[in-house]
Amino acid sequence: MELVHSPDEQASFLKKLSWVDWLYAVSLIAGAAVVYSRYGGSMVLFAKGILSLVTGLLVIEGWYWKPVRLLVAVIAAVGLFAVSLYHGDLARAEQVFWLKYLISSQSAIMWMSALFVLATGAYWLGLIARSAFAAKVGSSLTWSAVAMGLIGLLVRWYESYLMGHDIGHIPISNLYEVFILFAIVTSLIYLFYEGRYRNRQLGAFVLTVISAAVAFLLWYGFDRHAAGIEPLVPALQSYWMKLHVPTNFIGYGAFTVAAMAGAAYLLVNKGWLTDRLPKEEILDDLMYKSIAIGFAFFTIATILGSLWAAEAWGGYWSWDPKETWALIVWLNYAAWLHLRMIKGLRGPVLAWWAIGGLLVTSFAFLGVNMFLSGLHSYGHL
Amino acid sequence: MPKHRHSPVQSLYELLSSMRFAISLLSVLAIASIIGTVLQQHKPYSDYEFEFGRFWFAAFGKLGLYDVYHAWWFIVILLFLVLSTSLCIYRNLPLMLREMRSFREHATETSLRHFAHKAEWHVARPVSVALLTEYLARRGYRYKTNPRGEGRVLIAAKKGSYRRLGYIFAHLAIVVICLGGLIDGNIPLKVEEVLGIKAIENNNIPVNQVPEKSRLSSANLSFRGNVVIPEGQGVDFIFISQGSGYLVQELPFSIKLIKFFIKHYPTGQPRTFASTVEITDKATGRSFTHTITVNHPLIYRGVAIYQASFQDGGSHLTFQGWNLFSPEPKPFPFHGAVNQDAELSNGNMKYSVEFTDFRLFNVENLGGGSAAAAVAKPQGFWSAVKGMFGDGLDKEKSKDSHNIGPSVHFKLRNAQGQAVEYDNYLAPVQINGRSFFLSGERASPAQPFSYIRFPVDENQSIGGYMRLRAMLINSAKWHEIAERFARHALQGQSIAPEMEKKFVSSTERVLQIFARGGYDTLARFIEKSVPAKDREKAVRTYLKVLENAAFEAYQLSRAGAGLPPAKVDRRSVQFVRDSLTAFSDSFFYGSPVYLQLTRFKQVQATGLQMTRSPGKNVVFSGSLLLVLGVFFMFYIRERRIWLLVKPDGGDIFFAMSSNRKALDFEREFEQHRYHLAELIKE
Repeated sequence: MELVHSPDEQASFLKKLSWVDWLYAVSLIAGAAVVYSRYGGSMVLFAKGILSLVTGLLVIEGWYWKPVRLLVAVIAAVGLFAVSLYHGDLARAEQVFWLKYLISSQSAIMWMSALFVLATGAYWLGLIARSAFAAKVGSSLTWSAVAMGLIGLLVRWYESYLMGHDIGHIPISNLYEVFILFAIVTSLIYLFYEGRYRNRQLGAFVLTVISAAVAFLLWYGFDRHAAGIEPLVPALQSYWMKLHVPTNFIGYGAFTVAAMAGAAYLLVNKGWLTDRLPKEEILDDLMYKSIAIGFAFFTIATILGSLWAAEAWGGYWSWDPKETWALIVWLNYAAWLHLRMIKGLRGPVLAWWAIGGLLVTSFAFLGVNMFLSGLHSYGHL
Repeated sequence: MPKHRHSPVQSLYELLSSMRFAISLLSVLAIASIIGTVLQQHKPYSDYEFEFGRFWFAAFGKLGLYDVYHAWWFIVILLFLVLSTSLCIYRNLPLMLREMRSFREHATETSLRHFAHKAEWHVARPVSVALLTEYLARRGYRYKTNPRGEGRVLIAAKKGSYRRLGYIFAHLAIVVICLGGLIDGNIPLKVEEVLGIKAIENNNIPVNQVPEKSRLSSANLSFRGNVVIPEGQGVDFIFISQGSGYLVQELPFSIKLIKFFIKHYPTGQPRTFASTVEITDKATGRSFTHTITVNHPLIYRGVAIYQASFQDGGSHLTFQGWNLFSPEPKPFPFHGAVNQDAELSNGNMKYSVEFTDFRLFNVENLGGGSAAAAVAKPQGFWSAVKGMFGDGLDKEKSKDSHNIGPSVHFKLRNAQGQAVEYDNYLAPVQINGRSFFLSGERASPAQPFSYIRFPVDENQSIGGYMRLRAMLINSAKWHEIAERFARHALQGQSIAPEMEKKFVSSTERVLQIFARGGYDTLARFIEKSVPAKDREKAVRTYLKVLENAAFEAYQLSRAGAGLPPAKVDRRSVQFVRDSLTAFSDSFFYGSPVYLQLTRFKQVQATGLQMTRSPGKNVVFSGSLLLVLGVFFMFYIRERRIWLLVKPDGGDIFFAMSSNRKALDFEREFEQHRYHLAELIKE
């Protein structure tokens, strides 16, 4: 643990910002202003609100967590470059070199998949061979994969508008798209803690889950031909989707990281890999923090979902299977937090519970779509 | 909690407000919730009875498993959750508030010295209290000083006390949300049902005959129900489905459906479902029109009206009836309307046609096989025969989804009550560059439809096929067909009349076998009469004879209709082949009649859901409280610092505590120790 040696860490957050931070903020705000002046006419009030909110959030996130600044700059630059290559013609995705092999949405997502798999390998190598260099490579590869994934999603968003003005929509509307989102969000949460704890040893665990998600994504895309952009069904045409879905995935991603910290905790607790994995206290702390953030966002997501349901289905709560399983996930982590915060429980029980929690969460995320029928039938397998 | 003797009431209070009980309730609630996701809720009771059998159906019904979330025991669990959470707040609130306000400035030195996080410095020169309190204030701490003996001062400081508000908010939120939910639940109605004031109506009777006992007045504060309104009609009530039956909920207005419409994307998928309705207020007589779409409900007089579903509202349908096994090539007229039954007689057979649905648009992916699966046939030798006809449909896969036009859905029920379902399309459908009229059949709803394909003639009509079919089924024509075939086949060859006769009679025989059951009977005939090693050759010969004879039949049928003979080209040959396939498939069609949809007048109906939920805003306020509570609890850390100072020089003792001994706290403690040491040194 390092010590912060500045005398006034609380009061001087703004003072500590470097010129890069300010440049970053000014560029973002300028970008938003350009968007507003060019497209403000065709934006509804809600879209304007979202634009300001996202700009503000990105500024604060970049200030608080420095690597985000570079990430935002890269995806903005590459995203705009990709958009400029299309000349309003979707067919150019197959003709222009850059688009065909690198940054059309499908290519970018394939690169993301490949980079995640490579990152997993690098992290494992780093763990087994105790190579700090390999782990560092894993970290860089994960960052690159996140960048590629975000570029892919942004370009996919643009492509959907090229298919038809009324077809265009944010790419978080079906199982294929949200799996990409899941991989990105989970990686970002992991990378945040990696920077925070200055410890890359958990990467192998988290990236393994992400690689599994990528494997599913590839199977779903190739075998089930689910990679195409489809127009939105009437039920999904709502601004609530932009809020409800990403918030939910922050929850899912955080629960995944928590479960992997739990798995590592159990190994260390058994005395395995103790010299390669972080200490028990760090893993325990990480597990708690992930579940706390996951729980907070999952709570918001469920409430946002209920606000949406009140507008679309005629009731804020319908006991639809997806809703009910969201409640079960929520109750499960509520119990976990009670045990930990109020009873002060620590140790393997909570680690096992966090792993079990991921199974419950996975069922709520995937199992409900596979085995149960209901109103949330947007992703069929 | 201080130990003292517990009375039974006290023990109960202890139990209900305990964490143990709360956690158990959370688990029980989670498990109970699972039941309702595994067992599909609100299905018709007959489905449950069929699924579980009489005994279990009744048992599960008693437990309320068909509507778990409104079952009495589920409500009881929720009430216990409310009770337990309330008691928990009641029990902890005073302590929490005290803790929030208190600086713990009376802490004894001994107790502070027991802390895990502490430090002590020895300073020779005096250190002013102000220096230290200023340091604390700069870091956002509030403090209180408390003089101790020997000229010493205890500075008690704290930060993040609002964390405890988080606890109160979050738990209050659960109570508020549950109460809001219970307001919108049907508890008053359940009570009225138990008291016999209200009763569920189980019979399907006209609404105006539903007795007062099963009607709820428009003053009812909370309800959620559905209604289906056909175009041009209006209602002033909705149905609330309850257990095995329903209740009629009266509305404070009447609502008439002017039009229901669907907009589509260029790709054919639906983009908008919308109902234009006219609302007339019963009290004021005021009326207005409004268009309701999915995600955009109309709220009037506290009733929210949602676009929930749509169906056919009784479209008028006109058909041409084709008798598939009669030598008559002309159709008979037939009419019907959706949701109505029509009588159909074929000779001495009587059928009832139950029209269930009409669809204006059908977006199909023909490559995917949904509308293209051929009529089910016995497998085996048949497939060998079939393999000789090149039909690439099953091999090719395309991803094109497009609209293939209107279709009608009906059941044909025979006198014994057995029904076969049909799915007939109005417009011809392109499959591999050829056009067909499609008609799907299935014997049970569990199966997918199997489609028969009637080829379309050069006039875009089914007439060409029907004339050829009439010719093939007509035993009186077989000889003529066979003779024409013989004449053409043996043209320019000197053949003994004996041989020609034999040729004619064997052709007649092939036609006869084929007319009895299509390729299937032909295949079975060959299997029976030809030894295995010669079968392949025999199949080839028979099929050649059949195809050529059918071609002659085609020419004959055209002549009969006053049409010029068809050119002998690939198109005509393909048409005859497709006709033979359709003819053969007719034997598996399940009905002797094909009802070809020719005209329609669509009448749609909209399905609206209407709710009045006074608890909604209560629930949403509770949700806001919950979010605040959760964030306060997780992200405000409560920390306390004590500094025992001797202003005129001497030891300074430093102790620190937090609600949570996490890694952050360790770091913060180290920081304070470092900075305080620096401060004191100066």
